[in-house]
Amino acid sequence: MSNGNMNLTLKVWRQSSNTAAGKMENYQLGGVSPDMSFLEMIDMLNDQIIRKGEDAIAFDHDCREGICGMCSMFINGEAHGPNRGVTTCQLHMRSFKDGDTIYIEPWRAEGFPVVKDLMVDRAAFDRIIQSGGFVSVNTSGRTMDANAIPIPKDDADKAFDAATCIGCGACVATCPNSSAMLFVSAKVSQFALLPQGHPERKERVLNMVKQMDEEGFGNCSNIGACEVQCPKNISIENIARMNREYLSASVKPEN
Amino acid sequence: MKLDGKIPEGPLDQKWNKYKNSVRLVNPSNKRNIEVIVVGTGLAGSSAAASLAEMGYKVKAFCFQDSPRRAHSIAAQGGINAAKNYMNDGDSTYRLFYDTIKGGDYRSREANVHRLAEVSASIIDQCVAQGVPFARDYGGLLDNRSFGGTQVSRTFYAKGQTGQQLLLGAYSALSRQIGKGSVKLYNRHEMMDLVVVDGKARGIIARNMITGEIESHSGHAVVLCTGGYGNVFFLSTNAMGSNVAAAWRAHRKGAAFANACFTQIHPTCIPVSGDHQSKLTLMSESLRNDGRIWVPLHKEDAEAIRAKKLKPTDLPEERRDYYLERRYPAFGNLVPRDVASRAAKERCDAGFGVNATGEAVYLDFASAFMRYGKTAATVQGVHNATEDQIRELGRKVVAGKYGNLFQMYEQIVAENPYQTPMMIYPAVHYTMGGLWVDYELMTTVTGCYACGEANFSDHGANRLGASALMQGLADGYFVLPYTIGNYLADEISTGAISTKTPEFIEAEKAVRERLEGLFKTTGTETVDTYHKKLGKIIWDYCGMARSKEGLEFAISEIRKIREEFYKNVKVPGGMTGVNTELEKATRVADFIELGELMCLDALDRDESCGGHFREEFQTEEGEALRVDDKYSYVAAWEFTGDPSAPKLNKEDLIYENIKVQQRSYK
Repeated sequence: MSNGNMNLTLKVWRQSSNTAAGKMENYQLGGVSPDMSFLEMIDMLNDQIIRKGEDAIAFDHDCREGICGMCSMFINGEAHGPNRGVTTCQLHMRSFKDGDTIYIEPWRAEGFPVVKDLMVDRAAFDRIIQSGGFVSVNTSGRTMDANAIPIPKDDADKAFDAATCIGCGACVATCPNSSAMLFVSAKVSQFALLPQGHPERKERVLNMVKQMDEEGFGNCSNIGACEVQCPKNISIENIARMNREYLSASVKPEN
Repeated sequence: MKLDGKIPEGPLDQKWNKYKNSVRLVNPSNKRNIEVIVVGTGLAGSSAAASLAEMGYKVKAFCFQDSPRRAHSIAAQGGINAAKNYMNDGDSTYRLFYDTIKGGDYRSREANVHRLAEVSASIIDQCVAQGVPFARDYGGLLDNRSFGGTQVSRTFYAKGQTGQQLLLGAYSALSRQIGKGSVKLYNRHEMMDLVVVDGKARGIIARNMITGEIESHSGHAVVLCTGGYGNVFFLSTNAMGSNVAAAWRAHRKGAAFANACFTQIHPTCIPVSGDHQSKLTLMSESLRNDGRIWVPLHKEDAEAIRAKKLKPTDLPEERRDYYLERRYPAFGNLVPRDVASRAAKERCDAGFGVNATGEAVYLDFASAFMRYGKTAATVQGVHNATEDQIRELGRKVVAGKYGNLFQMYEQIVAENPYQTPMMIYPAVHYTMGGLWVDYELMTTVTGCYACGEANFSDHGANRLGASALMQGLADGYFVLPYTIGNYLADEISTGAISTKTPEFIEAEKAVRERLEGLFKTTGTETVDTYHKKLGKIIWDYCGMARSKEGLEFAISEIRKIREEFYKNVKVPGGMTGVNTELEKATRVADFIELGELMCLDALDRDESCGGHFREEFQTEEGEALRVDDKYSYVAAWEFTGDPSAPKLNKEDLIYENIKVQQRSYK
């Protein structure tokens, strides 16, 4: 049950460091089981590489259940591979066929420099959140009761849907403009939909968009690939909402 | 070693208030000159770092992930408990306290648990204020659901992603402080050692996981929020990177490690499918609100199902055994995790398992679809709805509650759980044991604190569902920010702490030598090979059932693994740059030492309690049999220099408010 019988040709981006030149390397891997996750297949490949005394392929991963947002990988030209609504760690080898050739590359965007092999630096996302992706409320056992402000279920649900973004960066990797607007708009939307987010609504969107631009991410030109490839199905409606928030914040900054 | 729990005097429900009113404070101008190191950025770490920075301390936060938002708290699914009694079902601070003590099988501290219950309500207020989008009802108020070991609904949730939403809340609070410069973030840094100067924790040695540099960082206090050690089993629901290194290194520097054998095996996880597997995936306990657990009543049906000659959906009700409802009518499917896990194991060991390996039971939503469907049909005014229509309406309701969990299941198992019952089996999920801390959350190393899963303090021998998130945030938001002041009040004239002292230089050198040593072997085996070997031994002999004989065997095996590891492990690459195999090797080395301690601890405890089930100690009905007169203590193990010979220190557990009795969920 453990060992499968798929044979694969893997073409993997290898780059020893941020400043080194990278290239695609060829690997043959046999005995792959369709029940393996994609990352378990990479584990198997790494086991083979290590036993040869070579440097293991570096890749980001942690929870392996689709929630931490750490895994990335551009697989056959698609962020998180061919399936919709899943991260790379949730992709299973049953989505591939015996004899397939699979191309595996890192996210490629100016805002996400390669660290090593398939690992990229996504600290730009953290800096965007640091610029305004929060409600300025200090820790206190004396905030108002959690039920003091009723929130319409529909708003709460929409805020939740936006808040399920895992910050993986697939939207950026997919976008021809390397735009981070799906990511940024998801956070802006979450707080725009909730009363707790309203006091800082204007500064938030202005600051976050400013930081987004400074990080080298491009603009949205309504292609919509981000929404399709987002493993959490974050809706592009959020970008429209962010644009409205941005516009109203820009027009009347004093009110 | 002297263990002083520092429990405040006075009646139970006044201890915390009294403590807060009399604890020493540090004035704002002095706070600016005091630095605190927080290791780990999960719920406990992010909330502690953010709160300390808001108060005015200078904070350095460390995480091994690329971003603090990725800490494994993010994967918690079902919910967070709080004694709000919004449901008007009789909940109260006392009941949450009582359920937690009882759920922990009377092996936790009364004062700590009561404080946890007291601050629980503030956590929900705080999170809502931060913009955490909890689930709400149509009236706009917060919704609740039930978890195991309780008879009230006190669990707040955000679909199956509660941990994600809470962590992103704490992460946003942390990010705000990073943006202000009050917290300096060190991501992709792993703590390699604790530095102790004149008996006080004064800093850490960390490895920069990008450059490979070994760095010294100093602070007036060190707070470890580094999570649990479930990955010692190799297969667990923990993230791949979750590890014990920080806690273990603190242990080696003098922090007692308590109740190492108290591990939680979660009853509802996706079963193991093959030896390629790198981790196991949890299906939230909240599913037991609506899912019913069963196996076939007759062995021949179980055999037919295993042989795929019979489908579970074709088996009529009278040939099913809803064994939890049968054995525990009062709590039914919502018994605590340890009880549910053992019951699943019992049925599977008896030959009633339902998958190819015989190690799975069903979690079935068929009756929930119909129940919700009928309500939905009535509400929507669909008269004379057919059974299929009702089922479809019910499926939509269930999808609204647990949609992402059903999707995860389908991805992994390639079966649609809306059509056929889920198959589940227990898996390692959480560790109640951890660094011993006093009431102030300080370890036995002065100035070194432990919060969240990293400490041992609140869950006794078994944690109730939805209480880990509660504890992590309670420690970080509402407990540590108070208690740490009591220590830091003495540090106002210490001044900046230099990393150029012999203690730092020595510690840095020792870390470097330890790492370099791993490259010196001419070994042939990968790190994972040893991790898998260790995990299998611990699972087989220190997992759901333990025995004296088995534990003694495990200890001798683990010693062999340790010896072999240092002789024969193969770590490619070098000290500089990214080296993921080196990271794994240091973590596994620590797991091997911890694994032995777990077995020694389990061997010492000649009783069964909570998740610690010694086969020699059970009631006639197969329930855990405690031996209160001998084992009503916290086992706090002291490192002696030899991992095989730790010294046992005991903190007696004194129950002044709760009558200790045999736990019953019947």
